[in-house]
Amino acid sequence: MSEIITAIEQVLGRLGMSPDVQPLGAFLVLLAAIYVLFLGPLWFAVRRQWVHRSTAAFWVFISPWVFGFLLFTVGPMAYSLVLSFFDWNLIDPPSFTGLDNYTEAASDPLVAKAVQVTLTYAALSVPLQVALSLGVALLMNVRVRGIHVFRTIWYLPSLVTGVAQVVLFLWVFNPGYGLLNGVLRVFGIEGPAWFADPGWALPAVVIMSLWTVGGNMVIYLAGLQDVPTELYEAAHLDGAGAVRRFWSITLPQISPVIFFNVITGLIGAMQTFTQGYVVTQAGGGPSHSLLFFVLYLYQNAFEYFRMGYASALAWILLVMILLLTALIFRGSAFWVYYESTRPKEARFARAK
Amino acid sequence: MAPSRLRQTGSLVVLVIGSFVFAYPFLWMIATSLRTRQGVAEAGVSLWPVQWHFQNYTDGLSSFPFWQYLGNSLLTTIPPVIFTVLSSSLVGFAFARIPARGAGVIFGIVLATMLLPGEVTIVPQFILFRELDMMDTLYPLILPSLFGSAFFIFLFRQFYLRLPQSLTDAAIVDGAGWFRIWWSIYLPLSQPIIVAAAVLQFMSSWNNFLTPSIYLSSERWKTLPLALAGFTSANSTDTSLLMATSIVVVLPCIVIFFLAQRHIVGGISFTGSK
Repeated sequence: MSEIITAIEQVLGRLGMSPDVQPLGAFLVLLAAIYVLFLGPLWFAVRRQWVHRSTAAFWVFISPWVFGFLLFTVGPMAYSLVLSFFDWNLIDPPSFTGLDNYTEAASDPLVAKAVQVTLTYAALSVPLQVALSLGVALLMNVRVRGIHVFRTIWYLPSLVTGVAQVVLFLWVFNPGYGLLNGVLRVFGIEGPAWFADPGWALPAVVIMSLWTVGGNMVIYLAGLQDVPTELYEAAHLDGAGAVRRFWSITLPQISPVIFFNVITGLIGAMQTFTQGYVVTQAGGGPSHSLLFFVLYLYQNAFEYFRMGYASALAWILLVMILLLTALIFRGSAFWVYYESTRPKEARFARAK
Repeated sequence: MAPSRLRQTGSLVVLVIGSFVFAYPFLWMIATSLRTRQGVAEAGVSLWPVQWHFQNYTDGLSSFPFWQYLGNSLLTTIPPVIFTVLSSSLVGFAFARIPARGAGVIFGIVLATMLLPGEVTIVPQFILFRELDMMDTLYPLILPSLFGSAFFIFLFRQFYLRLPQSLTDAAIVDGAGWFRIWWSIYLPLSQPIIVAAAVLQFMSSWNNFLTPSIYLSSERWKTLPLALAGFTSANSTDTSLLMATSIVVVLPCIVIFFLAQRHIVGGISFTGSK
């Protein structure tokens, strides 16, 4: 494929396009070619009345998503599945090795460590995040003047994400002059070395993740405000106390929000990368205590250039995430409550 | 009524303490960014005193080619925001309003892709962009947004479904095509979702770290998060300079949040995870 690109770029160069823009030009030419191949037959089919006009319009309208899906999701996934049976360092031609990458991953102690780190992080951070953001949302769900100030304060940290957050928490967890150990010292406790201590590095990242629960809190708050007040009034008349009202009304009513939060939180936690990368300077931390799975994948792909092995790791990650998600979906039947009168909007919405 | 009053006071106390704990690192970050080197060493974990040493900001910015990095960051943020809003709205409109066989199934696939971790495709995408001769350019950070995002498509579709069907019918009677209906009726009406999607895309593009660290190797194209990460390892001792730079990197997100506050909360919460 790179020959085609080079050829197009040469043509564009001769037409006076600057070298910086040539790759973009070549890409757009390819995209235009794909669109012609797609629109031509479609137009013909509409003319011949094989395809209804509105069906054709529908496909044209969703074509950005379709091409993106093929180009950046399905295509790459199929490609990486094939690649995972090869050895390739980007320079020599790929060589077929069968299941070697997978058997190697199964016995690679660092893969085991990366899986352990990632699953531990998910198992600790997701429930804590759900509990904390829900708890705070419950506290904030009152009509008091100035409550908006509190909501803003809790939400603000979730804007300090990525590298900036890690930079800040490198200081918070600094063993010598950091905030956390400074506070602990006031109580006469000598805090651990956090990021430098194999046993405390991961808990430190979990604490760091809790600082940004404000984003989830906003979603819970919206969910809580949707709970019909008649339910609470009826329960109050029946003499239900606050605890009872929480367990029998609030929790079932917002269980779909919790479910959504658990799923997105889990998928996010399994993909953690920046924290491990920046804290450990791409290393993995003391005795690999911050070797998140995606970080190990990144090291294999872009530091050791083992593209086949990295692809196999990517598929292992995908299967792990899908299994966990399926497990939670299965389990959700027992604790997620949906109104039975919920309209099947998708079916009614389609205009006839 | 007394116990409920008591409970309210109790929860207010918890809120005040909690807010203080949450805001503290943030406030300390601001305070430290305004301290002299000696001030940082003396103040330690406390918020006061502050020397108002605004020079940190000019020093921090001039210690690396800040404006160039800012330009790169903007180039990888603004076009994706515009592209993803437009294409997601277009696709969402088709799913909500254009009748077609099989639309439900395809929408199911769109939803399913939201669960797919993007990290699975980083290796093949890297190879794809290498084939496209786009190594060490900003294109790999911009082009994927041309094709919309599943989550935003979902947001737009849900919003358009809530608008009255008569809007479309009337326009069809007037002889407008689907594109006209989208562009002049539905797109302008979906302003809350446009704002929410734009803000979310801004935040994720602006703070993106994984993709730039894969594709960008030369100084010329570094984005701000990438530069900040490099700055961290190089200047780990100069805390005040580091904090000043971090604040500058975070500032656009905070400004945008305050500008769009109402829309973010409204836009996300209506998604009706319920």
